[in-house]
Amino acid sequence: MTRRQRASAFRAAQYALLLVIILVFAFTANWTQLRHSFFNLEAAAKQFPDVITVALKNTIVYTVLGFSLGLALGLVLALMRLSSVGPYRWFARAYIEFFRGLPALLIFIAVGTGIPLAFPGTSLNRNVAIMVSLGIISAAYMAETIRAGIQAVPRGQIEAARSLGMSPGRAMITIVIPQAFRIVLPPLANELIMLTKDTSLAFLLATTPDQQELAQFARQALNTTQSLTPILVGGLCYLVITIPLSLVQQRLERRFGAGVKPGGGV
Amino acid sequence: MSDNTVIEVSELHKAFGDLQVLRGVDLRVERGEVVCIIGPSGSGKSTLLRCVNMLEQPNAGRVSVDGVDLTDPDVDIDAARRRIGMVFQSFNLFGHLNVLDNLTVAQRKVLKRDKENAETVARANLTKVGLSEKEKSFPNQLSGGQQQRVAIARALSMDPDVMLFDEPTSALDPELVGDVLGVMRQLADEGMTMLVVTHEMQFARDVADKVLFMDGGVIVEQGDPEQVIGAPQHERTKSFLARVLDPTHHGPSDPAL
Ligand SMILES: Nc1ncnc2c1ncn2[C@@H]1O[C@H](COP(=O)(O)OP(=O)(O)O)[C@@H](O)[C@H]1O
Ligand SMILES: [Mg+2]
Repeated sequence: MTRRQRASAFRAAQYALLLVIILVFAFTANWTQLRHSFFNLEAAAKQFPDVITVALKNTIVYTVLGFSLGLALGLVLALMRLSSVGPYRWFARAYIEFFRGLPALLIFIAVGTGIPLAFPGTSLNRNVAIMVSLGIISAAYMAETIRAGIQAVPRGQIEAARSLGMSPGRAMITIVIPQAFRIVLPPLANELIMLTKDTSLAFLLATTPDQQELAQFARQALNTTQSLTPILVGGLCYLVITIPLSLVQQRLERRFGAGVKPGGGV
Repeated sequence: MSDNTVIEVSELHKAFGDLQVLRGVDLRVERGEVVCIIGPSGSGKSTLLRCVNMLEQPNAGRVSVDGVDLTDPDVDIDAARRRIGMVFQSFNLFGHLNVLDNLTVAQRKVLKRDKENAETVARANLTKVGLSEKEKSFPNQLSGGQQQRVAIARALSMDPDVMLFDEPTSALDPELVGDVLGVMRQLADEGMTMLVVTHEMQFARDVADKVLFMDGGVIVEQGDPEQVIGAPQHERTKSFLARVLDPTHHGPSDPAL
């Protein structure tokens, strides 16, 4: 066989395999049952408007709260990682390893039970607990991303700032961090997408009906509608958040990733 | 040291690990003087310049600028650097700021000038380097020669007493070198005190009051430009100049111009 013949035979084999897989699924799955469970229009209609006005809204609120805390804490941890003071570096290192290594589920439980223990008498504000849980997890990831971004800013930028009389802290705040953030925008957008899905653990903090986010809302609706359709509706709502984020991330990558180099040097 | 001495370096030593880069350098720049440093790559020129504003910490010796000993651990180095402008080979403009903001950021944050005042100073310096129409551009929208002139204007906006230049034209396309050298000539004519590392021999001959030839971490020869470049005494200076002035020349050193 020539190289061209071999290539087209190989491609034909791949299409054949795909066709077989599709046929197997088509004939073995119970389509009536699936359609009845997942595409029940009546059950879908019942989800509205609460799935938007309560569940989607809460998912967005929890994501924003968790991301804000995570970003602030992550920046502090990144600076600690780069500090000349040993104990700061060790603490940041330990924090990052610890919270990156634990499942988010455990952290939600620990925060939910830990805050009332640590501050007796305070009633647990669920928004705060969700924000803290999501914040301490995402901070561990974001710290490493931000640290890498700070280190990717060319040394000449700091030298130029120092040569103009800026102190190390001033140079960091005015010159380095703004440029580091441009570098890390795409990976941070990725963190935001991950975090959006982690909000589904908020049910561990015993939320009231008006505090439910998408995943819990959908699970609850399974019982009332006797249908799997709410899962589909809830899932689509997640995509309403994450797909635009992905698009933004791709645009940022194109804008900052390859083309523009910080410093404008040679 | 007279009142007119701006930079005084004595017995300066600097090593990177085991590599001795500066082995006892003495240097003096008087107010209004232009001193050019020439010498082969790796001879320690940049390191010397970077020790003058303490971007590198010397291992031994003294650096004083305007009578302030910068090697003193208690010195306010940020205050000292406000008076020492520096221009880098790779420009190092702040990539996230437009040209005007590049010129005002340190004026505002370091000198605490108000916005209006800082912008007035910035615009005057942009006009001086011939780029007043570029104030809204970002560094990556400018040619290398334009970026370097902005970098000069940025340093000038701090009203420094002295300007350090580290091979300011080495990263530029040949046709852009002239614009930058033109700005530097003008500065020299206005009486700015300048310490310039350069390979531009014609510039050194025309503008410098004194030329230093460095090799192997020491100053081998120094003096009047006509003397050092025109009639060098040391063998190392002669062979360096032969290579720089006539890169295709392979015969015995003949630095005649
Ligand atoms: N930060 C540094 N760490 C280690 N070695 C360095 C550093 N900076 C410069 N050097 C070395 O010091 C020597 C002199 O460098 P430099 O002062 O840049 O020379 P020049 O500017 O004359 O070309 C070179 O061998 C260079 O590799
Ligand atoms: Mg150099």
